[in-house]
Amino acid sequence: MNPFSSGTRLRDMIRAIRSCKTAAEERAVVRKECAAIRAAISENDQDYRHRNLAKLMFIHMLGYPTHFGQMECLKLIASSGFPEKRIGYLGLMLLLDERQEVLMLVTNSLKQDLNHSNQYIIGLALCALGNICSAEMARDLAPEVERLLQFRDPNIRKKAALCSIRIIKKVPDLAENFINPAASLLREKHHGVLITGVQLCTDLCKVSSEALEYFREKCTEGLVKTLKDMANSPYAPEYDIAGITDPFLHIRLLKLLRILGQGDADASDCMNDILAQVATKIESNKNAGNAILYECVGTIMSIEDNGGLRVLAINILGRFLSNRDNNIRYVALNMLMKAITVDAQAVQRHRATILECVKDSDASIRKKALDLVYLLVNESNVKPLTKELIESLEASDQEFKGVLTAKICSLVEKFSPEKIWYIDQMLKVLSEAGNFVKDEVWHALIVVISNASDLHGYSVRALYRAFQTSTEQETLVRVAVWCIGEYGDMLVNNVGMLDIEEPITVTESDAVDALEVSIKRLNSDLTTKAMALIALLKLSSRFPSCSERIKDIILQNKRSFVLELQQRSIEFNCILQKHQNIRSALVERMPVLDEATFSGRRAGSLPTSVSTSTGTARNLPNGIAKPAAAPVADLLDLSSSDAPAPSSSGGDFLQDLLGVDLSPASAPPGTSQPPKADDKASLVNLNGLASLTSLSPNATSASPAPMMDLLDGFGPSPQKKEENGPAYPSLVAYESSTLRMTFNISKQPGNPQITLIQAIFTNLSPNVYNDFLFQAAVPKFLQLHLDPASSNTLPASGNGSIIQSMKVTNSQHGKKSLVMRIRIAYKINNKDVLEEGQVSNFPRDL
Amino acid sequence: MIHFVLLISRQGKVRLTKWYSPYSQKERTKVIRELSGLILTRGPKLCNFVEWRGLRVVYKRYASLYFCMCIDEDDNELEILEIIHHYVEVLDRYFGSVCELDLIYNFHKAYFILDELLIAGELQEPSKRTVARLVAAQDSLVETAKEQTSSITNIIAQVANFTIKMLHKGYGPWGSNALHLESLFLVDVCTRLVDQH
Repeated sequence: MNPFSSGTRLRDMIRAIRSCKTAAEERAVVRKECAAIRAAISENDQDYRHRNLAKLMFIHMLGYPTHFGQMECLKLIASSGFPEKRIGYLGLMLLLDERQEVLMLVTNSLKQDLNHSNQYIIGLALCALGNICSAEMARDLAPEVERLLQFRDPNIRKKAALCSIRIIKKVPDLAENFINPAASLLREKHHGVLITGVQLCTDLCKVSSEALEYFREKCTEGLVKTLKDMANSPYAPEYDIAGITDPFLHIRLLKLLRILGQGDADASDCMNDILAQVATKIESNKNAGNAILYECVGTIMSIEDNGGLRVLAINILGRFLSNRDNNIRYVALNMLMKAITVDAQAVQRHRATILECVKDSDASIRKKALDLVYLLVNESNVKPLTKELIESLEASDQEFKGVLTAKICSLVEKFSPEKIWYIDQMLKVLSEAGNFVKDEVWHALIVVISNASDLHGYSVRALYRAFQTSTEQETLVRVAVWCIGEYGDMLVNNVGMLDIEEPITVTESDAVDALEVSIKRLNSDLTTKAMALIALLKLSSRFPSCSERIKDIILQNKRSFVLELQQRSIEFNCILQKHQNIRSALVERMPVLDEATFSGRRAGSLPTSVSTSTGTARNLPNGIAKPAAAPVADLLDLSSSDAPAPSSSGGDFLQDLLGVDLSPASAPPGTSQPPKADDKASLVNLNGLASLTSLSPNATSASPAPMMDLLDGFGPSPQKKEENGPAYPSLVAYESSTLRMTFNISKQPGNPQITLIQAIFTNLSPNVYNDFLFQAAVPKFLQLHLDPASSNTLPASGNGSIIQSMKVTNSQHGKKSLVMRIRIAYKINNKDVLEEGQVSNFPRDL
Repeated sequence: MIHFVLLISRQGKVRLTKWYSPYSQKERTKVIRELSGLILTRGPKLCNFVEWRGLRVVYKRYASLYFCMCIDEDDNELEILEIIHHYVEVLDRYFGSVCELDLIYNFHKAYFILDELLIAGELQEPSKRTVARLVAAQDSLVETAKEQTSSITNIIAQVANFTIKMLHKGYGPWGSNALHLESLFLVDVCTRLVDQH
């Protein structure tokens, strides 16, 4: 390149870039220019340095990398002329930010320029320092800036004041050095200096309580007087905006007064008059006036209470709220949100107007209004407000629906007075905007339905109706599918009809139709389809007439490309075909889902969400959410009333049911509930008289089904006997015509959670039992450890016994009693026998 | 405080960016992209405020340009509208009914004016006249500096011209070859100086 070539002028380059037709063309021009500039930089060309930097800034604004120009800025700043420095500082502010190391190199130049004889050069340095200085630079240059606060020219003083703001924000320790000079700025007459001085004081108050005290004591009266003079000043053309002298200064003074008056009755008293004057006198037909009124209302709301002023402020907000200008309405909503903590009653008066704003065409206003409505809702007005919100849900656009849905769900959960209302509202939301409902929300709905035993029929029918009209809402489909699976019989037989319901005729095959539709819907996702498969499996035992059809539908998924569906289809088919004997037990209705556990688990992830709407919302401490249980518990845990709620994904319902979760049992959580008298539990017999469960002890000949494999792993290992702690009478835990099981219970001293149980089995029949295997299952709040049995052969006619020890850890010790499901398998003359039962007559407080 | 100022054209082209809070280059590009998507799509009658990442963006459209300022939640939005208007009026006074092209070709001037209006994200001068006076004073400083350098250039150019004339006329006490080289160098120096200004 010719060393004497000047390259193109800035104007020519901009023109060339602007005339580019395509992005590629533009890139080519920029690349060429950048190459030329790089060449000039590497040759250390001084004459065109500032033109090159100007070009680089333009290129930077277009979004191209310009880091190679950073050093050029420093060189320009270090040169002596004003034009070079002016461009250099501009480049510095544009191309660098405070986090770049290069910036440190400029500290020295800045220091020199802050001491320059030319005030414009001082101004440049102050401006750059104020805009991008880092904490280190702030520390180094603070003394210079502090000195410049007393500079003879007001234009430097005002720049120094703003620069000080940056410095004290970066290094709050330096604040005390600035308190005195800042206070003296408040006495200035020059508006620029005054405005920046007031701003500096405001920021000093924010970082230093010492400064706040100082200004409150020394400056409050002076500031009030300044504001008074301003408000009463005659027309001043230089500062006039819409007939008001310097609204900017007005606003800053009001802002500083707000900070000084907050929490101080004397200071608040001192400013009452002028605030009243501003609030009444300022005209509100122009934006500038409204800006002052808005600030004034904010100050009135923040300072110590003065009834009269508050009324005035709320009235101004009311006027704002009915203004036709969207900006004014927006700020009114914004201020009402702050006012709600001060005077909720006054804000409630504007409820109707605010609700109108939720339906506004302006997204910003809608959102603000919704936030406000959310704060306004309480127990007494939740019903009408929710109704309004759901109505606006129908009219809102997609983007807003998400926000609105989340808010409605949260409100309904928080304030719902009764379950039926909760279910109704959720149904409306699901049918209107089901696709926007978050997982935990519809999970919560299922938990609530499951707990409201008298509403099962009502819910399933309502869901079925809703499902018939809108199949597009994914979460609605899921909840409907779950309920049809669980309560399909209630749907068909109209069980639990409420007075308000219209009768509905649904046949068994209609219910199966609904499930089939939800599997075959094109836009059903995996979770929905998987849930529908489970629902079908459940219906297969409840609707014997449809079982063939159900089998067909399940089989259709055998070739699904989705592994999950394929696997479920094959497994379920297997259950339908080969395991008739366990099927009905397997597909029994889900145990009632534990709301406390569920909400506790939710609370872990969603601190703001509230527990579901039972009358007694229990707040549980962390850690008891899901006590780990032995894997076998899941398998046999069919109807224990203490079964924990299903967790986040729909698939877990299945996991809990079939015990797919085979992860090793982990230790129970450390937190234990303080012992609390549980009235119901106290009725449990202490004397050990067995209250046997009704489950049939009839031995069914289960071939070694795959299911049984899950129970392996309880192989023999050395037996250990531990007997200490308080003694309990032995109890007959299980007795049938052929077998008796007695429990000897003991406690481990020092650890009340652990119960040691010695099970003694006695043969009451004349046959020898071979391959004797005892299995036990406990709900999840318990943890069970089985030691190996003393033998696997039980001699006939009570001529001997098998002894097996186990250890149960009760993580809810003191709250819940032990309960256990048992299963005993053995062979008589090589014929399999299976006995099952439940032990619920444990002494309480185990 | 104002976190940043953006001027975006209706087509989404950036005309001016000023950052008072630290944003890395990557973040800056992202912010501009996000905000132009948010603001340019809004209808004409809607309010001038957009909530964004826990902050609030106040924007106002003047002809084909959107002036955007990002502020804290508790700042006065209406005042920011007034500040934007203040800036526009100063620009208008400076350029004489300003248009987008003025701000493209004289973007540095737009920055200089903004620097006289805001520092550290706070307003520094409520008087339009004072801002105009300060910018004009600095512009004239630049002019003076330019004139000084160009007058030096003129002197050199005159000397060079004179020498060359002399050479052509055959005057000169110097040897012809050396002299010819010397004068060529002078001509080079002159062209460079003239080019520069």
